[in-house]
Amino acid sequence: MPEYTLKLRRYNPESGQPAYWSEYQVEVDSERSVLKGILDARDGQDGSIGIRCSCQAAICGSCAVRINGKTALACNTAIGEAAEKAGPGNPIVVEPMNNYPVIKDLIVDMDAVHWKKIRRVVPWLLPDGPPPEREHIVPAESMIDITQSMACIQCGACVGACLSLEVDPEFVGPAALAKAYRFVGDPRDGQEAERLQDLAEDPHGMYDCTHCFACIEVCPKDVAPMSQIMRLRRRATNDFGIKDRNNGYGHEKAFTTLVEKYGTLHEAQLLPRSFGDGSLLKGQTEPGAVKELIANLPTVVNGLKSGKVSPRKALFHHKLPDQGNVKRIFKEIESKDERVELNLYIVGEDGAEEQGAMSEGGMES
Amino acid sequence: MKLAYWPGCVSRGFTPELHGSMNLVAPKLDLELVELDRANCCGAGVIAEHNQELADTLNARTFAMAQSVEGAVGMMNICSTCQGAQSECQQRLDADGDYRAQVNSNLSAESLAYQQHSEWWNKNFLWLLVEEIGLDKLRERVVRPLEGLRIAPFYGCYIVRPTKRLGYADHPDRDQYLDYVIEALGAEPVEYAGSHKCCGFPVITMNRTTSLRQAGRHLADAIDAGADCLVTPCPLCHLNLDMQQPAAAKFVERDLDVPVLHLPQMVGLALGLEPKELGMNKHVVKTKDVQRKPAELAAA
Repeated sequence: MPEYTLKLRRYNPESGQPAYWSEYQVEVDSERSVLKGILDARDGQDGSIGIRCSCQAAICGSCAVRINGKTALACNTAIGEAAEKAGPGNPIVVEPMNNYPVIKDLIVDMDAVHWKKIRRVVPWLLPDGPPPEREHIVPAESMIDITQSMACIQCGACVGACLSLEVDPEFVGPAALAKAYRFVGDPRDGQEAERLQDLAEDPHGMYDCTHCFACIEVCPKDVAPMSQIMRLRRRATNDFGIKDRNNGYGHEKAFTTLVEKYGTLHEAQLLPRSFGDGSLLKGQTEPGAVKELIANLPTVVNGLKSGKVSPRKALFHHKLPDQGNVKRIFKEIESKDERVELNLYIVGEDGAEEQGAMSEGGMES
Repeated sequence: MKLAYWPGCVSRGFTPELHGSMNLVAPKLDLELVELDRANCCGAGVIAEHNQELADTLNARTFAMAQSVEGAVGMMNICSTCQGAQSECQQRLDADGDYRAQVNSNLSAESLAYQQHSEWWNKNFLWLLVEEIGLDKLRERVVRPLEGLRIAPFYGCYIVRPTKRLGYADHPDRDQYLDYVIEALGAEPVEYAGSHKCCGFPVITMNRTTSLRQAGRHLADAIDAGADCLVTPCPLCHLNLDMQQPAAAKFVERDLDVPVLHLPQMVGLALGLEPKELGMNKHVVKTKDVQRKPAELAAA
C-alpha cells in the first residue's frame, strides 16, 4: 500500500498554546479518503487528533476541512488525488475550515457561524392562511426548481470558503442564502415577498455576495449556493421590484439599461446610475445616494488625474454599429411571458439532448 | 495565428491601456487579431442574474460573430470576467440542443447562429499564451528579461472558478499559468494569500466596505510577501486594485502604493515595448519602480 504524509494543523484554544503542525505517515490505498488517513493516524499514532466525522460517505456533512488550501469533505477526497495535488515530496496539508472559530484541531464551531446564519433566514415553511385539512398539494414540477438547494447536507464547506465572509463576518453567507431560496422558491410558502425584502435590505444580505464562485467550487453536492443567491436577486428585482438601500436593484437596472442602450458597458455612468434606481437623473438626490456619490468622489478624482477618466468619456459613449440588433434582443426576450432558465443541475451537464429537458426542469415562470 | 478578438468593454473604457497594449503585443507574438467591433457586452454575470436567456443570447451572438471570422483558429478575450461569463453561457448552450436552438432563434434576424463544435474555443490571452503560443516560444521572444522584479499574480475569480466549467479537467494547472508566464519572462512570481481570491469589484456599488476590504487585504498581502507589483488578466480586478487602491488603503488602515499591471503590459515590457506605449503612465498607482528595475538591468 502507498504511504502518504499528512500534515495536520493542531490547535487547542483551551491549552493556551499557539497552533502547531504535526506530521504523520499513513499507509492507505490511494482510492481511500483523506479522512481514512486521518483516522488511521489518530487510531494508530496519536489519539489526541481532533476530527469530527460520522458517515464517511459524504452524506452527514461532518468532516469539512481544508485540504491543500481547498475546502472539502475529508471523506469525499481521495488521498491519492490529494497527494498528487500537493505535488511530489510535499505532504498533504489538512487545516480546519476558514471563517469558523476552532474548537480543537480540525473541529470548528458550526453553531457559532453556520447554524447561527441558517437560523437567520427563518429556515422553515411560512404558509399563508389557515392550514389545509390534509397535506399541501402542489404539482411536482413546481418543486423541481428548488431541488438543487434542497440537496444541501449542511456541511458548511461553502461558508468556510466564502470570500465575502472572510472580510465581512456578518454576511448571511452562501449556505443560509441557498436555504432562503429553498423557501422563496417553494410554492407552499406565503412569505416570498417578505423574505426577499428582508434579505435585499440587509447590508449583509443577498447583495453582499461578491460573485467569486468559491461556494460553487467547494460544494460536495453541487448546490451552487451562488446561483441560488442570483435567483434571489432575480426574483427581488424582476418579480417584486424591490428597490433596496444597498443599490442591488439600481446596479442591475443600470447595467442592463446601459447595455441595452449602447451594446457595451458605459462604466462612467454605471456608478451614478447604480445609486439612482438605474437611471441617470433620478434617485441620486436621495440622502443615501448622495452619501455614496461623495464617498466615491476621491476615486473619480484619481481616475481623472491618471487620465483614465475624461469628462468626455463620462458623457459620451459610442453605440455599437448595429446597436439596433442588441436592443431588439433585449426587447424580444424581456417581453416573453416566461423567463427561461436552463439549470444544468436538473437537466444534466453533458449533452442533455432529451426532448423536453428544458420545460421539465429549468422553466421559471 | 489568426484570432477573433473580443476586447471587452472595460479595456476600451476605463482601462484603455489594456486594449492598447494588447494591440502592440499581438504582432510580437505573431497574432493576427480580428476585432469583433459589432459584438456586445458579455453581461459580466449581471445580465445573467437579470435574465439568463438574454445573457446567453447576447454571448451566443458574440460567439457566432467570432465563428464567422474566416481563418480564425478560435476566439480570444483579455478579461477574466468575460472569460467566466462567456464560459458559463457556452456551457449551457453546449449542453442542450433544444435550448441552443431557442437561443439561436433570437439571433435569426441577424442571420447569426452559434454552432457547437468541440474544437472551437474562446480563450483568455493567458490561456492562449500557455496553451497555443507556448512558454518556450514566449521565452524566445523576450528581449528585456524582467529579472529582479518580484511579481504577484492576481488571477480574478472568473478565470479560476468553477473549475468544472472552465476546462480544468483538460488543463488542470490553469490556476498556475500566471506564475508560469511571470517566470518565463524572467521575473520571480510571488506567493501570497490573495492570488486566487476576489478583488471585490462586483460589490463596489453595493457594499463598499466588503469590496475595498477585499482589495486592500490582497494588496497588503502581496506587499508583505515582497511584491514589486501585481499582474492581472482582468481589467475589473485592475479597477479595484489600482484605481480604488487609495480608497482601499483606508479600509485596511495602512499604506499600500503597489503598482498593478495588466497581463499584456507585463508581456509587452519583456518583449521590448516601452512603458509609455504600453500605457503604464495611465495608472492611478505610479509604475515608475517597475519600469526602473528592468531598465537598470538592461543598462548594466
